Amino acid sequence: MSAPLLKIRGLRKSFGETEVLKGIDLEVGQGEVVSIIGASGSGKSTFLRCINVMEMPDEGFLDFADVHFDYREGARARPTDAQLRALRARIGMVFQSYNLWPHMTVLQNITEAPVRLRGVPRREAEEEARALLARIGLLEKQDAYPSKLSGGQQQRVAIVRALAMKPEVMLFDEVTSALDPELVGEVLTLMAQLAREGMTMLLVTHEIDFAREVSSRVLFFDNGVIAEDGPPDAVLRTPRSERLRGFLARMLHRDAIDTAHGETPA
Amino acid sequence: MTFTWSDLANYGPGFLNAAGIVFGITICAILVSWATGLAVALGNRSELRAVRGLAAFYVWFIRGTPTLIQIFLIYFGLPQFGLRISPFTAGFIALGLNSGAYVAEIIRSGLSAIPKGQTESALALGFSRRETMQRIILPQVCRIIVPPITNEAITTLKNTSLLSTITVVELTLYAQTIIARTYRPFEFYISAAIVYLVLTTVLSHLATRVEKRYAAMS
Ligand SMILES: Nc1ncnc2c1ncn2[C@@H]1O[C@H](COP(=O)(O)OP(=O)(O)OP(=O)(O)O)[C@@H](O)[C@H]1O
Ligand SMILES: [Mg+2]
Repeated sequence: MSAPLLKIRGLRKSFGETEVLKGIDLEVGQGEVVSIIGASGSGKSTFLRCINVMEMPDEGFLDFADVHFDYREGARARPTDAQLRALRARIGMVFQSYNLWPHMTVLQNITEAPVRLRGVPRREAEEEARALLARIGLLEKQDAYPSKLSGGQQQRVAIVRALAMKPEVMLFDEVTSALDPELVGEVLTLMAQLAREGMTMLLVTHEIDFAREVSSRVLFFDNGVIAEDGPPDAVLRTPRSERLRGFLARMLHRDAIDTAHGETPA
Repeated sequence: MTFTWSDLANYGPGFLNAAGIVFGITICAILVSWATGLAVALGNRSELRAVRGLAAFYVWFIRGTPTLIQIFLIYFGLPQFGLRISPFTAGFIALGLNSGAYVAEIIRSGLSAIPKGQTESALALGFSRRETMQRIILPQVCRIIVPPITNEAITTLKNTSLLSTITVVELTLYAQTIIARTYRPFEFYISAAIVYLVLTTVLSHLATRVEKRYAAMS
């Protein structure tokens, strides 16, 4: 295998007294789809946010393609503001709450970043945005404002907004958690498509079935460390630790309750 | 001398002129207050403690002292330091600085009403904090603060009457001057009131149009 696209070593992050990430090591190769599961508060979101430095890690190293950051206090390779922005522009991130900008149309939401940050001529950016919208079947919504879209549509536009920057890797943080059950499918379908097309992805998810289907790898986060790491079948079907067995059982139980209430299993 | 309501017409041009001064001062004061208010509101969120302190002090001072004292400070106080300014200029600067503290509070509450995710999604795409503020956050703040900002503008307009004390011949002083000649306080004060009403109504109307424009864009 060629050099990994993303390589993280010894990543630590604390909020005040609480250490949330306690030394994370991870290598992700081009085209890998890595699902991250784990209990609430185990540090999954914080980890994703450290990758594109929405949170500044306290310690550790990041290698991303040609970028090398050293987060140690006083380190020479500690990133500058401009370097952080340049990195973020190459990493797409999608959030649980879609966060589309309500004062811009769908098309403007998508073209804003490429035009202002990558210097793409507006015409061209709009053409690309339309092509992306056509792909997700929302071309006719290009001039609509986000408030006129369903949650699933908004989230798909949010994904497309990130894609318009032509990111080299995509981070998804529980992107279906805020959606009504009947709207989850359309978002997962789009993500599965991206995975098939070879997009490198890291996704935090509670959708265990989805993780099993699309990922090349599953990480189990427990208390700020990666407790298990392996192919989906191994991690999800034959968990090694008691903690993961317990976690998976709780997830199954939750799904069973959802189903009993007549909702689609997550 | 017998005075009839029709004699009022003679003073029409004078009232119009005074209304023009009120309007002019109000517009200038509003511009000053928006600039001050934005600076103070952003200062409030500065990472520098001294800047935050200064912003807080400003709001505290303005809200805790009478507007009239602030006007006197500018008009009578500044010349002591060699800064000579006309009553008109002193007037709109004083009213603008005064209103700026209230505008700052309005912008501050507007800023806090924008969900954090709006900033996050922009930063995650690679926008700087400044670009995020300019392109994503402030445009949204502008829409939600139209009603309170309009109220504030109307207050500023009415406050121009305080400038009669520093010899700005705006509506109130103009009315007083004629009353001193005609001894007809009721007629002329009611006339002045009506002109103020027209002006404030125009302002409200403009604001409603802005609100409608915004509503169509969301
Ligand atoms: N900005 C912050 N300031 C202080 N504490 C924080 C901050 N962000 C996260 N934390 C804390 O860090 C811990 C890990 O949070 P994180 O959001 O990474 O967990 P998570 O695994 O994503 O959980 P969930 O499944 O609930 O999203 C939690 O205890 C949380 O309270
Ligand atoms: Mg989370």
